[in-house]
Amino acid sequence: MNFTLHIWRQENATAKGRFETYKVENISPDCSFLEMLDILNEQLTNDHIAHPVCFDNDCREGICGMCGLYINGRPHGNDDGVTTCQLHMRKFDDGDEIWIEPWRAKAFPVICDLVVDRSAFDKIIQAGGYISVTTGGVPDANSIPVPKRMADMAMDAAECIGCGACVAACKNASAMLFVGAKVAHLALLPQGQIESQERVQKMICKMDELGFGGCSNTYACEAECPKQIKRQNIAKLNRQWIGSIFGGNHKG
Amino acid sequence: MKLDSKIPQGPLSEKWTNYKINQKLVNPANKRKLNIIVVGTGLAGASAAASLGALGFNVDTFCIQDSPRRAHSIAAQGGINAAKNYQNDGDSVERLFRDTIKGGDYRAREANVYRLAEVSGDIIDQCVAQGVPFARDYSGLLDNRSFGGAQVSRTFYARGQTGQQLLLGAYGALSREINRGTVKLHARCEMEELVLVNDSEGKLRARGIIVRNLVTGKLERYSAHAVVIATGGYGNVYYLSTNAMNSNVSAAWICHRKGALFANPCYVQIHPTCIPVHGDYQSKLTLMSESLRNDGRIWVPKKKEDAEAIRNGRKTAFDIAEEDRDYYLERRYPAFGNLVPRDVASRAAKERCDAGYGVGPTGLAVFLDFKDAIERLGRDVVEQKYGNLFQMYHKITDKDPYETPMMIYPAVHYTMGGLWVDYELQTTVPGLFAAGEANFSDHGANRLGASALMQGLADGYFVLPYTLQNYLADQITVGKIPINTPEFDEAEKAVRDREERLLNNKGDKTVDYYHKKLGHIMWEYVGMSRDEKGLTKAKAMIDELEDEFWHHVNVPGDIESFNPEMEKAMRLADYFELARLITTDALHRKESCGGHFRTESQTDDGETKRDDENFMYVAAWEYQGHKQPETLYKEDLNYEHIKIATRNYKN
Repeated sequence: MNFTLHIWRQENATAKGRFETYKVENISPDCSFLEMLDILNEQLTNDHIAHPVCFDNDCREGICGMCGLYINGRPHGNDDGVTTCQLHMRKFDDGDEIWIEPWRAKAFPVICDLVVDRSAFDKIIQAGGYISVTTGGVPDANSIPVPKRMADMAMDAAECIGCGACVAACKNASAMLFVGAKVAHLALLPQGQIESQERVQKMICKMDELGFGGCSNTYACEAECPKQIKRQNIAKLNRQWIGSIFGGNHKG
Repeated sequence: MKLDSKIPQGPLSEKWTNYKINQKLVNPANKRKLNIIVVGTGLAGASAAASLGALGFNVDTFCIQDSPRRAHSIAAQGGINAAKNYQNDGDSVERLFRDTIKGGDYRAREANVYRLAEVSGDIIDQCVAQGVPFARDYSGLLDNRSFGGAQVSRTFYARGQTGQQLLLGAYGALSREINRGTVKLHARCEMEELVLVNDSEGKLRARGIIVRNLVTGKLERYSAHAVVIATGGYGNVYYLSTNAMNSNVSAAWICHRKGALFANPCYVQIHPTCIPVHGDYQSKLTLMSESLRNDGRIWVPKKKEDAEAIRNGRKTAFDIAEEDRDYYLERRYPAFGNLVPRDVASRAAKERCDAGYGVGPTGLAVFLDFKDAIERLGRDVVEQKYGNLFQMYHKITDKDPYETPMMIYPAVHYTMGGLWVDYELQTTVPGLFAAGEANFSDHGANRLGASALMQGLADGYFVLPYTLQNYLADQITVGKIPINTPEFDEAEKAVRDREERLLNNKGDKTVDYYHKKLGHIMWEYVGMSRDEKGLTKAKAMIDELEDEFWHHVNVPGDIESFNPEMEKAMRLADYFELARLITTDALHRKESCGGHFRTESQTDDGETKRDDENFMYVAAWEYQGHKQPETLYKEDLNYEHIKIATRNYKN
């Protein structure tokens, strides 16, 4: 298969970016999208055309959340329930033109080409996205039964890989799905309920401070999430937040 | 040098307790005066940094990814073992200990493995308290499943994403300490050098590291009273493996160059159920969890002409009648069938493919068939159990495993070898510790499924917080270690020189070109089966390729910039040296054990044949300079507690 690639090139955070056009030929349909970019980089280096295109990637099996490209206007491209590394060239037609961009969000500044700085997600978690337990001195694992339904729902939310596709998909660059998934995961478990009110307050404050927008209510985040995290987590986030203001013991 | 494993006195079951009673401690006011560097944020690194921070030490932690949550522990699928005996099926610390020693083919240190089994239950308690959503049954209590090499159900799991959930638990604990200010996070930073400094008595100690800031390319200096390496394994020396693209040996190898012994490098685990290689452009191999072997049956055609017809696309699996299928694991190992340990299953697949019975376009694949399971249990049940794995397989291969059997082949997965550590997880360099897959300590010559997660978290949550204090107790008066010293200058210069040499080379081949070639050599001659002739040949080929690499590699870009090609080149330079050591170690160990199979040492029916008389030791190697033969030190394995036997999975 042959493709024409329009790739966002940007030397560093302050440089002005632009699209550059490259061609790749004889690509196997079984090739993954990132392997296609590997082939391009090999070509760019060997032919001294340009510096290789920078893009984040690591596990290449859809779980680490490191990769994330905006492909033809969709985070992680035109397949459902996959990350960029799991997208394969058979999902494209021979001769396609493909536009490749980084995540675009104020809170995710570009580092180089297609690589962005997502440390804002870490900062939101650091603000309170955990259960404050130190190592040791905890009760036996079976001393607090958790209804299977709740444990399963917590797991559904906990599957988030923190890739940032939800933010990239949202026209407001909102992180509500990411934050909602963590808040819901922990609030659904008895161990997490003790701090739930403080947690939601701290995480939302941090999210706002870092420049993420409010929910656009279009649910593009859910549609593009490679782990198919449900928008109901945003509803849970809102309920937790309202509860923490009006019903709780924490003055928010 | 004499290797002192520092195993505490007393009966096996009391050693850890005795150690803790007698060790030295550091009081809270003094903890604040001490700095610890933790390199790597996988299960071992994140749990260590979080626990040490919570104790009150000042911790600096480093990861090469953009976030600590992305370390490759995240990709572990199946589960984590613990001797909880929640199932009332006869499990105990002693049983987990025995299974682990036997699984490792009697090549692991008894005292370490016993401690691992002893703290395993605490890990599960800790993770549940952190909010890890383990699978539960309808009573609300924790569920378990079975894994290879055990007759009990002791594996705790969170769907097919156990590693992810455990790592997110540790990442939560780490994030809390970052918020409290006890841990400083340095993401996108790669360790490039270890700094050793003489103390007042002239004893060299690990006192700091040089890191490359991967965003700016600038080198940065960090000092500490102790350094912990938790940077994972070295499977990527084979290029294609189930490891993440950026997983690498460099941090551990740098320590080796600076005097830390490297133990049992030839013990590499090759996992039987991975999606086969399909093209030269391929960058990695994807694992299909061991749990699939509970219900999937592995087979190849009985007739060579059928295998050939499948390879040519003239026939499919459906055209092969039941009586013409060879369920070779069930045939060879009637007692364990499809659930033999990983090393055994991998070799059996290779044997069939080498004999000409392999399927798939390359002939290097076997079928993993769920037809019977779907008929017996129904598609719904199979989907509930393995849904995410089936989906992953479908996305990668474009074949629906509910309709047609999966095709699988073995791939490099885990490395049992690593930095040599004593009972305290301290390397042979004072003040330098190694945890998780980066050390060699607990799995002998073969790791059992669901034990890597257990070991990583045991080291980080429950071992290092004790043993590091024992080391640091006499460091409280040392004061902050300055970084503007000749030792740091020299270390930094060594890194810059190396980078400049690579960049100024201006060759004509990419880094990946050489990495792929190295991978081919390793897979061909130092892979699933090894012999003297092949290993000797491999050594010469590695030398030659390494020379070519240093003369012809092309690293574009600038040193002080975001430059992934430079990162890869620096790592590959270390892989060449490691590859040579793996080969040397494999050549010297003239026995077969666990994942190390020497064709010269096998039984009449093709199984591994250990040589306990001559090889019941840990092989620890000391670096002697580039391309110089390394010096071998032996740590004898003394089994005082366990009865040594031949591994038998046939009856």
